[in-house]
Amino acid sequence: MQYDLTSLQPVLPELFLLGAACLVLLVDLFLSPRTRMVGYGLSLMALLGTIALVAWVAGPERETLFAGSFVRDPVADVLKIALLSIGIFALAYGRGYLLGQGIYRGEYFILALFALLGMMIMASAGSFLTLYLGLELLALSVYALVAFDRDSLKGAEAAMKYFVLGALASGMLLYGISMLYGATGSLIFAEVAEAIGSGEVDETVLVFGLVFVVIGIAFKFGAVPFHMWVPDVYHGAPTAVTLFLGSAPKIAAFALALRLLVDGAGSLSAHWADMLTILAVLSLAIGNVVAIAQSNLKRMLAYSTISHVGFIFLGFIAANDKGYSAALFYTVVYALTAAGGFGLLAILSRRGFDAENLHDLKGLNERSPWLAGMMLLILFSMAGVPPTVGFFAKLFVLEAVVSVDKVWLAGVAVFFSIIGAFYYLRAVKMMYFDKPIDDAAIEASLDSRMAFSVNGVAMLLFGLFPAGLFEVCRAAFAG
Amino acid sequence: MSADWPILSVVIWLPIIGGLLVLGSGDRAPNVTRWLALLVSILTFVLSIPLYTGFDASTAQMQFVENLPWIPAFDINYHLGVDGISMPLVLLTTFVTILVIIAGWEVIQYKPSQYMAAFLIMEGVMVGVFAALDAMLFYVFWEAMLIPMFIIIGIWGGPRRVYATIKFFLYTFLGSVFMLVALIYMYFKSGSMEILAFHDLKLNLTEQLLIFIAFLLAFAVKVPMWPVHTWLPDAHVEAPTGGSVILAAIMLKIGGYGFLRFSLPITPDASQTLDWLVIGMSLIAVVYIGFVALVQQDMKKLIAYSSIAHMGFVTLGFFIVFRIVANPEVDSGAVLGVQGGMVQMVSHGFISAAMFLCVGVLYDRLHSRQIADYGGVVNVMPWFAFFMVFFAMANAGLPGTSGFVGEFMVILASFRADFWFAVLAATTLILGAAYTLWMVKRVVFGEVRSEGVAALSDINAREAVVLASLALAVLALGLWPAPLIEVMDASIGNLVQHIGVSKL
Repeated sequence: MQYDLTSLQPVLPELFLLGAACLVLLVDLFLSPRTRMVGYGLSLMALLGTIALVAWVAGPERETLFAGSFVRDPVADVLKIALLSIGIFALAYGRGYLLGQGIYRGEYFILALFALLGMMIMASAGSFLTLYLGLELLALSVYALVAFDRDSLKGAEAAMKYFVLGALASGMLLYGISMLYGATGSLIFAEVAEAIGSGEVDETVLVFGLVFVVIGIAFKFGAVPFHMWVPDVYHGAPTAVTLFLGSAPKIAAFALALRLLVDGAGSLSAHWADMLTILAVLSLAIGNVVAIAQSNLKRMLAYSTISHVGFIFLGFIAANDKGYSAALFYTVVYALTAAGGFGLLAILSRRGFDAENLHDLKGLNERSPWLAGMMLLILFSMAGVPPTVGFFAKLFVLEAVVSVDKVWLAGVAVFFSIIGAFYYLRAVKMMYFDKPIDDAAIEASLDSRMAFSVNGVAMLLFGLFPAGLFEVCRAAFAG
Repeated sequence: MSADWPILSVVIWLPIIGGLLVLGSGDRAPNVTRWLALLVSILTFVLSIPLYTGFDASTAQMQFVENLPWIPAFDINYHLGVDGISMPLVLLTTFVTILVIIAGWEVIQYKPSQYMAAFLIMEGVMVGVFAALDAMLFYVFWEAMLIPMFIIIGIWGGPRRVYATIKFFLYTFLGSVFMLVALIYMYFKSGSMEILAFHDLKLNLTEQLLIFIAFLLAFAVKVPMWPVHTWLPDAHVEAPTGGSVILAAIMLKIGGYGFLRFSLPITPDASQTLDWLVIGMSLIAVVYIGFVALVQQDMKKLIAYSSIAHMGFVTLGFFIVFRIVANPEVDSGAVLGVQGGMVQMVSHGFISAAMFLCVGVLYDRLHSRQIADYGGVVNVMPWFAFFMVFFAMANAGLPGTSGFVGEFMVILASFRADFWFAVLAATTLILGAAYTLWMVKRVVFGEVRSEGVAALSDINAREAVVLASLALAVLALGLWPAPLIEVMDASIGNLVQHIGVSKL
């Protein structure tokens, strides 16, 4: 097969990010403690450059490369830009935190860049193989990130758990993929979909494989009952890593589900929608109820993540473009919100003090009204109270669910949202109604403060004007 | 008719933006903050007056309409407008907010900028609730109200404020999310989010009943109706004076307004089928809660229960309509019930605000709300006693005050429906007088009971202005309610006609 260099244009952002990550890796070797911020600056520039390239190659049409293994379509563009933007937030929050905790090392940025590269590949995956490669690149980078503070017992334990369970999940996924491959005879999603759609393939094998694929997806999302790793890993990892882990990979998990279930097994939607319904209802229930019992903020947000995953699945259950675009909107909004929530913990931490408990929020309004105000918006957005954007995310998903005549599911979802509201309110209560237990000045760096402000204001702005972002998500599925 | 400038948008966004400015001004110069807040609230009130002067009372059409696309993908619009039902409530909101700002002038020393900003933002959001003609816009404003109120009770409230404010939030949140599901359902039935389109939407009885119950959950919690009223006494007792005033004067009205805008016109047949339920709940509120109020030791709690009883009249007036329409021997009176409910809402807005402010005046001085701690206040605070007795009389429904007008109209309408309803409703004239006047007797009259009371100083000019303006409003509405009734006549007539037509 003949390759023309210009035909590689759709994959340019990935190539650029790969090159940039390698460059940062090299440069980092020669940095002295005095110039170590160069690694951070280069990483940010790499991300910005990649965003620009994604925007440059973006377009409404669908392009395939490498015999269909790589797909660039509007969904992939939206997912990549979202991933990379969240990545910028994560790096900005992470730098100050790592410095404060004395574990600043260039590897944080390099691993994050490689993880983002893996996620981009997932977003553009056109075959099982590409998808799996992207997933493993993401997973291996993140395992290492979790163990980033190598002297921390908690961190090592978390990384170990994550690695073992993650490997198990990958195994499940691969097993399921092998079934689908065996039944349809192709790794390319388009061909798989065609084979399934032809109705000549034995449905028993397909559904059997589908079960394992869905389990794999549920593991990666952290949906109940495959959620056990989430609180432990979130808790054990350094906050800078938790905030990375809790935000961007959700978008990648969305890509995973979208590519596998919709692109690959779209005509089996009746089967997987039922499976996802069970996962969604359980996630909403367990996530929201168990979060109430947490006194550690990282664990609380971990359970909150689980409940939000339930909402994302609800969008998939609708199994139409409206549902997918609602789920995409929800995922992007949630990733941004989660980055802010964990970002506050990074800001509150300082040398010798790692903020991670709910009571560390106490009296924040007295210590810094601005930070408290921003966090207020973020928490209400998580709870889904208008006028923050979290409300619209829930609204669009609920509309999609009601549109396929599943009003009862919408009822279940809003019921658990009320339970969920309680623990967000409790966090607000700590910030506003309690006296501070810690009067130390907040020593946050300028970049993390700025990131946090942008993050909080975004909750309100996207809430007042949700149409723009939603149009982007809708246009991604219009083609 | 409509004005050349987007008057409703201005009345919504001016206080919100002003509130953000106040918030930004910080607490370094509290007096600047206070004057800025007062200026914003007065300006908002002045700008809202054209809503009344420019209002065309001869039509039931929405006026001052603004309509811009907001989320085109879902056909959700920024659609504002007022009719005779919502316009008086908008004015009530802008008026009461000024008083609240003045009432918190000296009392609030802890973070006054956040306090004032919360009330201003609250004002804009509440006007938004009354003016929204798009269901989703309504819902956004409706829920957004909770955030400032949650903060107000939680930061500046009494000792059990955290319990009270979380209870308040969760109760109201619980009620409203099911309304959200109902709204989304109707969106799929009608293909639009317009409230007025929902009015003409054909729904079968099962759908109507489910939607009605979803609405009832939302509005009954807000009003609040027995048996979902238990958040109100807690919230009122713990809230700072300003918070209680806004809660009683306006937020409760939003529940009543919801019945008129959503439940009655969208689900008339379900309302007809379940009218016994609402009428029953209203009468229990009037009678049983009246007795509960009688035994309260805490002044704020007493007024809170009295609010529930008075709001029972409002819902009674709204739902008695179905009994009157169903009774072929009666030809008129349906309009009277709804009008009575509306007048009662506006009047209760003034009176409850005044009563809470009176308690606030006492509380600021003696830091107690217990009736037993007072006695003989008239000896040291004659001016205050004058106002307090006046408002107590109004609360008891004395003819000549606004409290009488609404109650009288509702009782009159009840007679047309069923003699026994009227008898039960009329017990309020006895019970209301009993609990209010007995409280006044114990607090205001008699010998000076303690040294604390002896040392009280009479109201200052600031407090006098607030109470006097409310007294004027109560008196004006009581002596000459015609302007208010005329303004809403066409809209209510149209509403009653609409709900008389079955959707089945």
